[in-house]
Amino acid sequence: MRRRRPGPARPLWNPLGLHRPGTGPLHRAPAGAKLAALLVLGLVLVLHSGLVLPVVALGVVVAAAASARMPPRRTAHGLLPVLVTAALVGGYQWWARGWQVGAEVATELVTLVLAASVVTATTRADALLDLVARLARPLRHVGLRPEVVALSLGLMLRAVPVLLASSAEARDAARARGLERSPRAVLVPAAVRMVGHGYRTGEALAARGIVD
Amino acid sequence: MIELRDVQVTAWTPDPDGRERVVRLLGPVSLTLGEHRVAVVGANGSGKSTLARLLNGLVLPSAGTVTVDGLDTATRGADVRRRVGFVFTDPDAQVVMPTPLEDVALSLRRLGLDDAEREARARDALGRFGLGALADVPVAALSAGQRQLLAIAAVLATEPDVLVADEPTTLLDLGWRAHVDRLLASLPQQVVLVTHDLDAAVRAERLLVVDDGLVAYDGEPAPGIARYRDLVARRHEELLP
Repeated sequence: MRRRRPGPARPLWNPLGLHRPGTGPLHRAPAGAKLAALLVLGLVLVLHSGLVLPVVALGVVVAAAASARMPPRRTAHGLLPVLVTAALVGGYQWWARGWQVGAEVATELVTLVLAASVVTATTRADALLDLVARLARPLRHVGLRPEVVALSLGLMLRAVPVLLASSAEARDAARARGLERSPRAVLVPAAVRMVGHGYRTGEALAARGIVD
Repeated sequence: MIELRDVQVTAWTPDPDGRERVVRLLGPVSLTLGEHRVAVVGANGSGKSTLARLLNGLVLPSAGTVTVDGLDTATRGADVRRRVGFVFTDPDAQVVMPTPLEDVALSLRRLGLDDAEREARARDALGRFGLGALADVPVAALSAGQRQLLAIAAVLATEPDVLVADEPTTLLDLGWRAHVDRLLASLPQQVVLVTHDLDAAVRAERLLVVDDGLVAYDGEPAPGIARYRDLVARRHEELLP
């Protein structure tokens, strides 16, 4: 059998946390409206039982992703871990509670993550920070600064690709040492890198005066 | 004007037997830095990064005072950081937003500008550093040199009076190193450059050689670099069996 030549290497891509500039209706919609819609979608999907609604919702979200001009192959590539998780969780639910529940759970998970990706793809992180800072204003009364709460959200979005890159580097390093079968050789360096990254990021934020 | 008066930085460190003791990382150091271009060289662990971090209040002195335009870093840290920008070796730790535009806009948030003005100023800052066309691409897609340029652009967007750069070219290839060096040399701000690049250090107006937590040389760059080479050679001989 002929082995397929590997294609060009794809960079790690995370659909969450990456804004794609555009001028469509979703890009022009206020960040608050998009987040509220995401919240409502989540609540409806969780509270409602049945397969029809999640399938319809998935169709609507896929159409929204297409209208936001999210690249289909790269989006699917970025969603691969979510698809695997959905397959595992859905498979378990199928075995435990029947195929309809399994399909419903898997569809809901994919729908919600894709919907969140559409929100971040069509909303600048800056606008999200403004919104979260406004929403977090009441937290001032318990000593939390809204700007810091908002920044934490931004850092969380940025941390996802960094976490993926750290894990890939740790995996490559373990492979280079012939330790690819050792979870410890991958997990420990990846965790250490992430803690180091967190420390350096905190220091850099302090240096930029962003949390003053 | 940056002034350090009898500054010492100490830290707790564990002994091999598990107990902790206080070690001196830097000092005592007294300096007045008014030159437009100051370079700081020294071996790894010599204390030069600690010295740099003192200048915008990232590290506070255990004894003595550090002031910038009369503002004490210990009591007026936020005001000092508005005056003193800081660029790190690794831009990945410094760049925290998904795209260059958003990262520069993050720096500008503290100026209280509205959205449109913030975006316009962020695009303008990126354009000045040749990153205008990359404003909306993922940061992960930029080269190491472009990410370092972005880190510098994000710091300079708020127009600080002083830029402290801690080994900003260490992770860059020869071409990007020359580009960043030229860029730093062209800035109107006072620049304090911590570096292992002796070609860049020799172009400064004043050179500080830091060795074992002390300023071993302070003066003209050329003789200072000769002194630094001697120091390195001596330390290397001490290390040899």
